[in-house]
Amino acid sequence: MDSCNCIEPQWPPDDLLMKYQYISDFFIALAYFSIPLELIYFVKKSAVFPYRWVLVQFGAFIVLCGATHLINLWTFTMHTRTVAMVMTTAKVFTAVVSCATALMLVHIIPDLLSVKTRELFLKNKAAELDREMGLIRTQEETGRHVRMLTHEIRSTLDRHTILKTTLVELGRTLALEECALWMPTRTGLELQLSYTLRQQNPVGYTVPIHLPVINQVFSSSHAVKISPKCPVARIRPAGKYMPGEVVAVRVPLLHLSNFQINDWPELSTKRYALMVLMLPSDSARQWHVHELELVEVVADQVAVALSHAAILEESMRARDLLMEQNVALDLARREAETAIRARNDFLAVMNHEMRTPMHAIIALSSLLQETELTPEQRLMVETILKSSNLLSTLINDVLDLSRLEDGSLQLDLGTFNLFAVFREVLNLIKPIASVKKLHVSLNLAPDLPEYAIGDEKRLMQTILNVVGNAVKFSKEGSISITAFVAKSELLRDSRTPEFFPVPSDNHFYLRVQVKDSGVGISPQDIPKLFTKFAQTQSTATRNSGGSGLGLAICKRFVNLMEGHIWIESEGLGKGCTAIFMVKLGIPERLNEPKLPFMPKVPTNHGPTAFPGLKVLVMDENGVSRMVTKGLLVHLGCDVTMVSSGEECLHVVSHEHKVVFMDVCVPGMDGYEVAIRINEKFTKRHERPIIVALTGNTDKVTKENCMRVGMDGIILKPVSLDKMRSVLSDLLEHRVLFEAI
Amino acid sequence: MDVVNQLQRQFIDYSASLHREGFLDDQFTQLQKLQDDNSPDFVVEVASLFFEDCEKLINNMARALEQQQGVDFKQVDASVHQLKGSSSSIGAMRVKDVCIAFRSFCEAQNREGCLRCLQQVTHEYSLLKNKLQTLFRLQQQILAAGGSIPVVE
Repeated sequence: MDSCNCIEPQWPPDDLLMKYQYISDFFIALAYFSIPLELIYFVKKSAVFPYRWVLVQFGAFIVLCGATHLINLWTFTMHTRTVAMVMTTAKVFTAVVSCATALMLVHIIPDLLSVKTRELFLKNKAAELDREMGLIRTQEETGRHVRMLTHEIRSTLDRHTILKTTLVELGRTLALEECALWMPTRTGLELQLSYTLRQQNPVGYTVPIHLPVINQVFSSSHAVKISPKCPVARIRPAGKYMPGEVVAVRVPLLHLSNFQINDWPELSTKRYALMVLMLPSDSARQWHVHELELVEVVADQVAVALSHAAILEESMRARDLLMEQNVALDLARREAETAIRARNDFLAVMNHEMRTPMHAIIALSSLLQETELTPEQRLMVETILKSSNLLSTLINDVLDLSRLEDGSLQLDLGTFNLFAVFREVLNLIKPIASVKKLHVSLNLAPDLPEYAIGDEKRLMQTILNVVGNAVKFSKEGSISITAFVAKSELLRDSRTPEFFPVPSDNHFYLRVQVKDSGVGISPQDIPKLFTKFAQTQSTATRNSGGSGLGLAICKRFVNLMEGHIWIESEGLGKGCTAIFMVKLGIPERLNEPKLPFMPKVPTNHGPTAFPGLKVLVMDENGVSRMVTKGLLVHLGCDVTMVSSGEECLHVVSHEHKVVFMDVCVPGMDGYEVAIRINEKFTKRHERPIIVALTGNTDKVTKENCMRVGMDGIILKPVSLDKMRSVLSDLLEHRVLFEAI
Repeated sequence: MDVVNQLQRQFIDYSASLHREGFLDDQFTQLQKLQDDNSPDFVVEVASLFFEDCEKLINNMARALEQQQGVDFKQVDASVHQLKGSSSSIGAMRVKDVCIAFRSFCEAQNREGCLRCLQQVTHEYSLLKNKLQTLFRLQQQILAAGGSIPVVE
């Protein structure tokens, strides 16, 4: 060792100090080596660590530092040059790495710091989300509660159950201390405590409805917080502590009439009930918004459920009422039927009972009239006869009228001669009219059909009655009867607006006007004319007798004939005109077949009535053919028989005067033949008379026969007399049937 | 002459009984009226024709109804119609009545009903045949004994 110019003198290495340095170096190296190992271990463990490269650098730096210190251990004592070399390299490396690390750290540390801020931000966000979750959960809970409540409320249609359930469920959901429902009284001026949750029997508190608090609640559709001190909230006995918060909500009481078809229920009813909800006292709980919403929703649901219950109640009541009415009606109907039956029985009996003695009286009186009588006796008998005739007419009228009213009277329709009816009426009325020196004139329009279809007897009765009245109530002057066909313009009379006659092809309206110059009728009496038993009170009519039924019966007959009857008069002393219109049918020639179906009167001819008459018989049935032939042979005819249509057509000639054809075989053979025969003989006088023999008398057969041009029909089996008369009719009246 | 009278009375009684029991009706009387000198055997001829016809028709109907598959009701109906016509022409009332019932069964296509009616028709027809044959024998006996056939009103 060379001496140097140091301040302190060199000292030989002290052993103790050396030793301590040696040990410390050793431990430092150890620590330096183990730190990177730990780092690697923990980094490997944690998957998320972004700055691996930095760690590697750091590790390298530490390792190298440790190496340096380790190598230092060898430099305490004498060491070789290699050791010095290694030491130097180590130191150099360490220097490089540590500088690089220092540079890297400048970049990295700000990044690491920012991670921390992000972490804080995320934590805040998580807290916020947690809070929101909590909120949503509460809302969902509320929704669930509402649904459940609604379900409970709507599962019944009984109003009490609905209300009770509402209160119970609300109380449970919201953990209420008390829940009460105030309903408006009938008068609508007060609210009455109807239901409460806890108290089983609510005392009938009433509270006037026009309190400001109540108005406030009613005017808002939301639940409103009210003071626990107001009358509606004071339903519990006063508690010792702070009462809980109170909320009130209105419940609209909807009525059926509120539900218009396309509108929502109008809340114009202004009838509300009040629901009051109280939180438990001393709980420091507050009404939350979602709880208020729940309450509002429930109130609405309750309103609807109540209205349903109300509707149901009403419909049940209506149904019960209807059933009662039904039963009552049924009973009434049965009673009416019994009454009608009793009356009909009575009438039937009376009919017979009354007419029998009347008949005796009238018959015997008229017989008596025929015998020798003194003038006084004759007078007496005549009076008896007249009175009994009147009585008989009265009986008939009454019975007729009852039958008419029953509706059991039906017209006897038939074809009749219209002119003859009028003439008959004229004939009947002329004697009386001439006694009273009244002139009767009949005017029938030229277009009036001679024949008509209707009820002849009753039409005559009507005309006779009307004309009879005219004669009865006229002391002098003239009666004119006009009859004509009513034309469509005249059909609608402004005076009879309810009468709409509809003319058609086979009906016409007969209009008859009977004008008289008699006492006339005052306008206010006219409506009474047609009511039965009512008589106008003038003395003139009183003396004329009559039961007052005549016109009533006429009116009913006219109505049955689908017509109308009325009387016009300009006043007392100015005469009156009776007018009626009835519907009559027009007889058509084709409606009445003129085929001799069963001639009723057998004309008497000798056995050989038709000598040598050439006749052709066509019949498939052997037996019936033979019988027909036998009949005709017996009558002297010269009979040719054929058994089929073709044969018939072959054989028929102009010599045959009559062809008898069986047409009751199924099929058209007979009709075909008839058509062919018609075709074959173009000249009318050459054609034989074609007669159908059939077992069928229905309309179809008749129509078919007429359609193909047959001249007659005979119903099998034919008797001798029938055949005889048919033949003679046919041969006589041949001309008639050609007209068809 | 006693024999003739007796026979005639028998004839009248028998005729009356046939009418009473409904075997014959007015039509038969009409047929009897048609019998005269020109056609002395008219009734017998008609009756024989009727019996022939009947047998033929009854056989037709029996064959048609025996068909196991698909009875031709139209054919049966046609035959019944013919039979009805014949029986009403001759005045065989009971046969005719059965025919009317028979037709309604045919329309209803009721095979059982038709078979029953067919049996009835056959029965009635054979009864009638026997009775008429008895009647005709009586007639012949009267004629043989020199008498004339009384007219039954």
